[in-house]
Amino acid sequence: MKFPLGSPVLDAAARLMTPFVLLFAAYVVVHGHDSPGGGFQGGVLLAAAVILVKLVRGCPTGWEIGTRTALGVACAGVALYAGIGLVPLFFGGHYLDYGVPQWIGGPVAERVLGTLGIEIGVTLTVAGVLLVVFDALAAWGEEEPR
Amino acid sequence: MNVPALGLTALVGGVLVYASSGLPRFGDPASPAAVHVSPRYIERGVAETGAANLVTGVLADYRGYDTLGETAVIFTAGLACLLIVGGGAAWRGEDDR
Repeated sequence: MKFPLGSPVLDAAARLMTPFVLLFAAYVVVHGHDSPGGGFQGGVLLAAAVILVKLVRGCPTGWEIGTRTALGVACAGVALYAGIGLVPLFFGGHYLDYGVPQWIGGPVAERVLGTLGIEIGVTLTVAGVLLVVFDALAAWGEEEPR
Repeated sequence: MNVPALGLTALVGGVLVYASSGLPRFGDPASPAAVHVSPRYIERGVAETGAANLVTGVLADYRGYDTLGETAVIFTAGLACLLIVGGGAAWRGEDDR
């Protein structure tokens, strides 16, 4: 994006809103067990906060999160999900059967923990992918014809 | 006008409309989809998964494998978007900030 949309008013509004958007994203992810929400919705909120900063400040300088960083975050999310699924295999369980290892409490507590872990993985993936898509679209047409 | 295509469309549409009359009513508790695994999810979901939100319990626990596939699909779609629309600069390292 060549021209940031920023003005003093927009900048102040974004500074005011961004922390609450981030907080709400974390709430939606963590509280997905007991209320509507979860990884997909939380990931969108997380990406929305970063995209807001990018829009106001101009694309590349939004918290120094570039395409490669976003892509790495998305990869880490998928890897986290798949990796959490692998853990029960070493304890004689099935893939993604979170309650098997018996580290803490009962199987239900471990299932809650495993579910939270994969929700975080989904969050990272969705947020990273949305940032990648935004960066790709924002950079479209910026390259000089060669 | 493409008469064979119109006839084929009408035929297939008619078959589908006729077949839809055999579907269970919306929300029918005795429909095949509602008597297989749904009662187990509803009756024992909270005790087995610890998730008060039944959607999360099914999505992340009972059908975690499905959700893993969904996550991979989203990731692949993002990669495809990057490669089609704007991958060039990122891969050459010019847009890496």
